[in-house]
Amino acid sequence: MTLSRRSLIGTAAAGATLPLAGHSARAQATGTIKIGLLNDQSGPYRDTGGTSSVAAVQMAVDEFASKGFKVEVISADHQNKPDLGAQLASQWFDRDGVDVIMDVPTSSVGLAVAGVAKARNKLHLNIGSASAELTNGACAPSVIHYIYDTYMLAKSTGGATVKAGGDSWYFITADYAFGKQLQSDTTAMVLASGGKVTGSVAYPFPGTTDYSSFLLQAQSSGAKVLGLANAGGDTVNSVKQAKEFGITMRIATMLMFITDVHALGLDVAQGLTLTESFYWDMNDKTRAFTKRFVPRSPNNYPNMIHAGNYSAALHFLKAVTDMGVPAAKASGSAIADRMKAMPVVDECFQGSIRKDGRGMFPAYLFQVKKPSESKAKWDYYNLLQTTSGEDAYKPLSQSTCYFLKS
Amino acid sequence: MFMILGYPAPLMFGQLLLGLINGAFYALLSLGLAVIFGMLNIVNFAHGALFMLGAFVAWGLLNFLGINYWAALILAPLVVGAFGVVLEKAFISRLYKLDHLYGLLLTFGLALVIEGLARNEFGSSGVPYPIPSILQGAANLGFMFMPIYRGWVVLASAIMCLITWLVIEKTSIGATLRAATENAPLVQAFGINVPRMITLTYAGGVALAAFAGVLAAPIYSVNPNMGANFIITVFAVVVIGGMGSILGSIVTGFGLGVIEGLTKVFYPQGSSVVIFVVMVIVLLVRPAGLFGKGA
Repeated sequence: MTLSRRSLIGTAAAGATLPLAGHSARAQATGTIKIGLLNDQSGPYRDTGGTSSVAAVQMAVDEFASKGFKVEVISADHQNKPDLGAQLASQWFDRDGVDVIMDVPTSSVGLAVAGVAKARNKLHLNIGSASAELTNGACAPSVIHYIYDTYMLAKSTGGATVKAGGDSWYFITADYAFGKQLQSDTTAMVLASGGKVTGSVAYPFPGTTDYSSFLLQAQSSGAKVLGLANAGGDTVNSVKQAKEFGITMRIATMLMFITDVHALGLDVAQGLTLTESFYWDMNDKTRAFTKRFVPRSPNNYPNMIHAGNYSAALHFLKAVTDMGVPAAKASGSAIADRMKAMPVVDECFQGSIRKDGRGMFPAYLFQVKKPSESKAKWDYYNLLQTTSGEDAYKPLSQSTCYFLKS
Repeated sequence: MFMILGYPAPLMFGQLLLGLINGAFYALLSLGLAVIFGMLNIVNFAHGALFMLGAFVAWGLLNFLGINYWAALILAPLVVGAFGVVLEKAFISRLYKLDHLYGLLLTFGLALVIEGLARNEFGSSGVPYPIPSILQGAANLGFMFMPIYRGWVVLASAIMCLITWLVIEKTSIGATLRAATENAPLVQAFGINVPRMITLTYAGGVALAAFAGVLAAPIYSVNPNMGANFIITVFAVVVIGGMGSILGSIVTGFGLGVIEGLTKVFYPQGSSVVIFVVMVIVLLVRPAGLFGKGA
């Protein structure tokens, strides 16, 4: 037998697929649905998602009664590395029989995992990433982007800041997919409202802890507003150091979570405005949810990503029940379509999922309370304004998602 | 307003000063590493974790025992130093006869364990630590707004560096210590307890890291990753300065802080790699480092 390169590759590929077939066949036979959570469990975004997101999904699974099928939850740390995220996602889909990958913060990783899911027609419920590209240039029939994106943050926080007189901006931006997208969406928003952007500085992500140099550059630019196009621990350090260096600009924290406010402390964080699509102390339902959630995640109260993971997992399980396990396993886009057809109703979120995969929930603009106003643990927000899902997200008419046009 | 290389002078002066402030941390951390490497021949990768531990001990002292910053500045290094004694006695002392690589692997493992435990307990966003009241506020230097606390950091680091250098280079304790690293059996023959001396040296190096940790606590959020963010850079500083050279690590610490600060103006995206570029160049030209004694 003569060995050609082609036949060698063929043999190798066949060999590689063998164990996979066995694996997924077993998973299907037992009727087990496997949920995989991929997020940052050790770096700057650990507290915005991390193990608390895993706890939220596990809670949804535990509470979802009468399913008639088994659900297994696994998780892994993507360390904010797109290559590692894509590799884990492929391994989960191809070898471990995972049916849906959830959470995936860090837009660069989120976009990579969405690509992996798209190529295999597998479901990806993205909760943690911000980049609006997930439902535009990088959209896919089997990808759902659940609770927030850069467009909505720009519209809510950015819009309110411009309206309050902040018409010239300087950005400090995390130098990767998310930061750049957030900066460009906010810039568009500022320009459209008649404002201007005087400059920006992009810093290396991850690993930057000292922002004083960038803060001084921002201050000397003469702009009124300091736009922080970053998140998690980076935002915490930026805000803290801005106070320390007596930066007099108005600070727009374009993406901030209640977990970041907690880390900053109200002394420093008071008066900041930010946008989340969930607040634990919103109403009786969110409080009831929080009461059950906190014992599972003793370090923090839920932010929108934790609540979003809970809600998305519940909604997914409802759709699986609705269409049956075999059909749900067979096609990622079929289960996504089913989820889009059903209204989202639970304790944390009420709304729907648009056909491009965009979750349509209200965006809430909050202001961080003064220390004197805070009456209890984690009592941090005053609600300033509510933007409906239709107004908060990029309209379908402007979408660049390919499959809407076909 | 006059310009420097196309940038307004006040901005450049501001950046130079900020570079010095960061350099103060680099100097203090690399000093501890240099002491430990110079005297024990151990590449202490746990240094960042112990720096972080120093910050957390200060935080714990304040929140659980109501002990203020100034006391923590002395107590936290003592507590972490005592922990260092345990580490040295239980683990590190077993490796002196082996290749450097073993020490590196062991301390790297220790760092992962310590950081992992801290992350489990405190999460990654960290906990706030207030600036002590008399160091709050800022001074207007004309060209920039200088937080008083940062000025204090530079001063405290410089003093600490000077004391360490004096102790090792100019006192009889330092002389004995240096002799012991050259020829331990001989020094032992003079009736000096060399193993205990080495243990205390490790504790001293570790205490320096904890001291830097307490200094850093009010500036950065006290979080489990704070050491990991610094450690690689600090190692580069030590390598550039010359492994084990006390003076080298102090001078390069401050110098590289300034270089990094300026990069943040000219090419911010490159600010995380500039130190390593310098490292590569220095290693090509002077493999033993700027202040190294030669291979």
